[in-house]
Amino acid sequence: MPHESGATPWRPSASLETLRKRAALLARTRAFFAQRGVLEVETPLLSRNGNPSPAIDSMSCETGDGRRYLHTSPEFAMKRLLAAGSGPIYQICKVFRQGERGRRHSPEFTLLEWYRPGMDYRGLMDEVDELLQHLLNTPVSEKLTYAQLFRQHLGLDIHHASQTQLQACATQHGLDARLGPDDDLDCWRDLLLSHLIEPRLGWHAPLFVYDYPASQAALARVRPGPPALAERFELYMQGIEIANGYQELTDPAEQRQRFLDEQRQRQRQGRESPPVDEALLAALSHGLPACSGVALGVDRLLMLWQGIENIDETLSFSWQRA
Amino acid sequence: MATYSTNEFKSGLKIMQDGDPCVIVENEFVKPGKGQAFNRVKLRNLKTGRIVDRTFKSGESVEAADVLDTEMQYLYTDGEFWYFMDPNTFEQLSADANAVGEAKKWLKEQDLCTLTLWNGVPISVTPPNFVVLQITETDPGVRGDTASGGGKPATLETGAVVRVPLFVETGEMIKVDTRSGEYVARVKDE
Repeated sequence: MPHESGATPWRPSASLETLRKRAALLARTRAFFAQRGVLEVETPLLSRNGNPSPAIDSMSCETGDGRRYLHTSPEFAMKRLLAAGSGPIYQICKVFRQGERGRRHSPEFTLLEWYRPGMDYRGLMDEVDELLQHLLNTPVSEKLTYAQLFRQHLGLDIHHASQTQLQACATQHGLDARLGPDDDLDCWRDLLLSHLIEPRLGWHAPLFVYDYPASQAALARVRPGPPALAERFELYMQGIEIANGYQELTDPAEQRQRFLDEQRQRQRQGRESPPVDEALLAALSHGLPACSGVALGVDRLLMLWQGIENIDETLSFSWQRA
Repeated sequence: MATYSTNEFKSGLKIMQDGDPCVIVENEFVKPGKGQAFNRVKLRNLKTGRIVDRTFKSGESVEAADVLDTEMQYLYTDGEFWYFMDPNTFEQLSADANAVGEAKKWLKEQDLCTLTLWNGVPISVTPPNFVVLQITETDPGVRGDTASGGGKPATLETGAVVRVPLFVETGEMIKVDTRSGEYVARVKDE
């Protein structure tokens, strides 16, 4: 960071060179989608409803016209556009997630999100791969299922392993984690994945991990089993998670059920829950075309491209300096 | 009972773990995209000095440790306790051998030390970075021997043993860096 004197740091957190690279990354992204006939859209940042996902906390603000939530991703509004017949669409926007702050997290960050009607999630993985090659000239990606990943790295049969086995695996690898008695399988899976596996992923080529446990479906369609699997993928590069994609859930009844389950889970944990997005459910009832969608972290992509260690150095003004 | 949420974690924060006060040395926020967020923390136990890695679920709270650092003047030892005085209030505190630890070999009367207090009781003593101590014993230097260069051991008034250059003699005052335990310079007219 540039040197400065005086009490209040006013200078940018990113170098001007990094900001030029950011602009280039965005321009090349837009060129990629323009060439493929994917429409750029903008949707509201502030909305009456929010994301009830227990993994994400929304920020909200008073508007003079009621309380509104800053979106944590543009997913709900973009699905309403798809249901209205938009065809393939993409968006580059700022999103907001409370409390997510670290070397690779900023509470305000930039997402690239796009949807492909008529394309399944495997096809979308290929398109993400093509975008990476177009942007960063990466080698062709590798693909592993979630189950293969755990077998390869930890020798675990992850869809059948008990909590005791996962706990034993953590201990064996020297992890000292204070998880509670009511922490579920997924909490342990997340612990092992984030601490022991993720840092080793995607060093030779981008790596797609796909077919997650059904309990981690979020907004992805679940393929009946056994084991039932969420048609969801994540992209890793150099140990960092870069993108998350779904075969989108189109069934309004199941979507409502998931929202209610998520709200109940939040209530159990004593956390506030934003109201359910009835407009999204209405759009699904009208009919969301079969589609896949993916969200990709633009700041992290810039980090990788420029060899930057801290996300703050990709932002004109970091959370601290904003 | 004061608590900190993992959101407040940062290096330097003092928290209780397994009944011992600890300081956060490093804090990293890790989160799989759609899953549970964690704080991966490196902790130093303030009583033992041991460093451990520990993972907390983000959003949880931990008990704060009532720990503070304070500058105090070293007075004397009776062999069992080391006595210190606050130079402003003249309040006196005693620290046991556990708390004084390695610092005892650098302690000289009237030097200002940093005491770490937990619930008002000293748990560690940090000597000044530099101390000036008298040599009580060292072999006579060999005149003209500059080739061996490696120096020789010297015992100081506090019992510490440091390596000194060959020209330094018994009875002289020397300045020592307590962090490395290395000789810095001879001191005249101290």
